[in-house]
Amino acid sequence: MATVAESERTLYPYVTGSSVVALKYKDGILMAADMGGSYGSTLRYKSIERLKPVGKHTLLGASGEISDFQEILRYLDELILYDNMWDDGNSLGPKEVHSYLTRVMYNRRNKFNPLWNSLVLGGVKNGQKYLGMVNMIGINFEDNHVATGLGNHLARPILRDEWNENLTFEEGVKLLEKCMRVLLYRDRSAVNKIQISKITEEDCTVFPPFSLKTYWDFSAFKNPTAGAPGSW
Amino acid sequence: MSKLEVPPKGGFSFDLCRRNAMLEKKGHTPKSFLKTGTTIVGLIFQDGVILGADTRATEGPIVADKNCEKIHYMAPNIYCCGAGTAADTEAVTDMVSSQLQLHRYHTGRESRVVTALTLLKKHLFNYQGYVQAALVLGGVDVTGPHLHTIYPHGSTDSLPFATMGSGSLAAMSLFESKYKEGLTRDEGVQLVVDAICAGIFNDLGSGSNVDVCVITKGHKDYLRNHLLPNPRTYVNPKGFTFPKKTEVLLTKITPLKERVEVIEGGDAMEE
Repeated sequence: MATVAESERTLYPYVTGSSVVALKYKDGILMAADMGGSYGSTLRYKSIERLKPVGKHTLLGASGEISDFQEILRYLDELILYDNMWDDGNSLGPKEVHSYLTRVMYNRRNKFNPLWNSLVLGGVKNGQKYLGMVNMIGINFEDNHVATGLGNHLARPILRDEWNENLTFEEGVKLLEKCMRVLLYRDRSAVNKIQISKITEEDCTVFPPFSLKTYWDFSAFKNPTAGAPGSW
Repeated sequence: MSKLEVPPKGGFSFDLCRRNAMLEKKGHTPKSFLKTGTTIVGLIFQDGVILGADTRATEGPIVADKNCEKIHYMAPNIYCCGAGTAADTEAVTDMVSSQLQLHRYHTGRESRVVTALTLLKKHLFNYQGYVQAALVLGGVDVTGPHLHTIYPHGSTDSLPFATMGSGSLAAMSLFESKYKEGLTRDEGVQLVVDAICAGIFNDLGSGSNVDVCVITKGHKDYLRNHLLPNPRTYVNPKGFTFPKKTEVLLTKITPLKERVEVIEGGDAMEE
């Protein structure tokens, strides 16, 4: 019996998504992620949507194992459905969804069978903006700007420097694009196909994908070994 | 079959590793060593090269030196920032600095950055990565401004802007978003300071102050502690006094006398 159970634990991730970056702005939450799914070191899938709306008030972004993300979406579907069936005029807000996901992730980790994801949850309910993060070992917190994976090292320093309370939509998008551009340059599993989504009190929009402009024309790149022939 | 006594050809001798492993098994804890978990950066601006570094040296989780110097002198026109094991960066930069000076006497010319680069990479490759020094080498010589990174295993890169150390990702994110060609001196120094501050405030291995070094043709500016973003918040205005004074029991002063008499015009020393 024990040997059958052993083989049903998640040991390593297979198809993974790279970082998600999100920030609070004046009217709500802005979230960005690229559309790549890597199979180890191959860029296998280039059109995976990693930002999904959940219910009326929440936006979920995930990095890590894609199949576990799809499983989480099924759990949340069921949760929202049961909530709607009460038909009591109330609907689950981002704080509630975050709490539910934290319990799910932490319980799975305690059974040594984690959902291999880092999730970013954002939303607005009753005028209150909420942005939080949960990861595969159950660590959860909320903040004004969050990032998963390599985004923590590359995007958070920029956000800590340049974020403020009153960003407009355009400023927020520019800031997210700055972070995603650095990730595109310096994260090997990044793809140049970015999706941005926003959620406000009124509605949630996932914008169509676009690509970022990159700059490769530094004169030092044109002839890098001008001073040191033989090196690179 | 007897073993031939072959003299070591170079590199480290790992004879004591088995002994150390046996000691560790018996419970002896090995000493930790001083690392410069670090943020070091360099960039090329319109007139030359600007190097920057933080000033924290760590020994495991403890800050061993709050204000160490990570920008090392190599030649009057070449400076080198070092990350990794503090002893390794100090020793390797000192060694190559003396080699460069001897070379300058031999050739009668100003040192070139590629010379320092080749001497460093040869040494590091020879020790196969065991000398854990990750360096950012920058300088201005007759061929122009140069900036190189050197990794512990001996590979090098030639770049317009570079970062190394544990805070390199935080600093690189700032460089990637703000660097452009043809920066003026003030813009360059500001960008370097911003990048080092990103390392100081976002990386646990880096901290304290910012050192900057600006090298241009024929001139250098070593700005030690250019920025101090982490001052002591509460300082006792009275200073510190030791509670009890040491009692003086006896005072005896013995002046040192010349014992040796120097004879002028004696014989020359024996060879």
